Amino acid sequence: MSRRVRIGIFLPALAGLGALLVWSYTGLPSFGDYQGPYGFIVNRIATPLRHMDNAVNATTYDIRGFDTLGEEFILFAAVIGVVLLLRDRGERDADEIEDDTGSDLIRVCGTLAIGAAVLVGLWLVAFGFVTPGGGFQGGVAVASGALLLYLVAGHREWSAFGNETLLDPIKGIGGGGYAVIGLAALVGGLAYLTNFFPGGVTGTVWSGGSAAFVNWAAGIEVAAALVILFAEFLQAYIVPIARSS
Amino acid sequence: MSFLPYAVAAWVCLVGLYGIVTSRNLIHLALCLTVMQSSTYLLLLAIGYVKGGGPPIYKGVKLGTTSVDPVVQALTLTDIVVSVTVIALILALALDVHKRAGTVDPDEIKEMSG
Repeated sequence: MSRRVRIGIFLPALAGLGALLVWSYTGLPSFGDYQGPYGFIVNRIATPLRHMDNAVNATTYDIRGFDTLGEEFILFAAVIGVVLLLRDRGERDADEIEDDTGSDLIRVCGTLAIGAAVLVGLWLVAFGFVTPGGGFQGGVAVASGALLLYLVAGHREWSAFGNETLLDPIKGIGGGGYAVIGLAALVGGLAYLTNFFPGGVTGTVWSGGSAAFVNWAAGIEVAAALVILFAEFLQAYIVPIARSS
Repeated sequence: MSFLPYAVAAWVCLVGLYGIVTSRNLIHLALCLTVMQSSTYLLLLAIGYVKGGGPPIYKGVKLGTTSVDPVVQALTLTDIVVSVTVIALILALALDVHKRAGTVDPDEIKEMSG
């Protein structure tokens, strides 16, 4: 099918889809006129029942924790797919490459930024049930600290940390840990992923019950997943350069 | 009656789809997919908005204060992170296609013509 024919068929279809979308959203409740009961219920019960101030994370890791397990597995599967496609096919000569940054300014500021990024990330995870944050957001921040390590130190130092022997088990602990915490509830005769610990003290880092561990598992998994992705793409980029030099 | 946020979500969805179909580069195509995906975030957050509602976080806020729906926010935040890894998978596939076919233009790749 030629490009012209394809677009000729597509444009009327796009217009039709647009018309359907307009028809459907004019049937929705007006913006700001929220009807559904679930949001109101979660907002009411998150603090008294779960000792969590952050109703979003109460949803993510506790009330809707089983769905988040599914999301974790999508993340897990996507990262495994990237690894299968990109992981080095027997080439390990990239360790020879010299790509240190020549700038002392980048080195100094970057080193400081690593500490800041990792600290902010851990803070976001730890206080996920109190203030905005949580495992997903904190994990991304921690991973950005790891990427700064490459910027500051170059490939040789980075590869001591950004290698599969270290990262794969961490990712496994994150993803598997989530599932195992859910199974732990079954041992006590409760439903899967039931929050089985006492809620702790609302508004402190000791809140959230067993969902706090689920939160940490998600943080570990997300951080490791993003660092693995970066490591694989970096390897795919750098191995041909190392070979040609 | 205000439907503007829904209209924006529909517009972003259509623009992303147009980009996917007319794309001449697999990387551009992957980015168009993220644009299209972003329309779901806009729609979810727009549906969950309560007029005059604050964030659904009760640290230092009296319980029972009007707040927006936390459920759609939870859906959105998990999906943002998951979508990053899925896009990484698509980009890895694009790298592989480039290695095999020597091009990332979907029109020039024999296996992709229908």
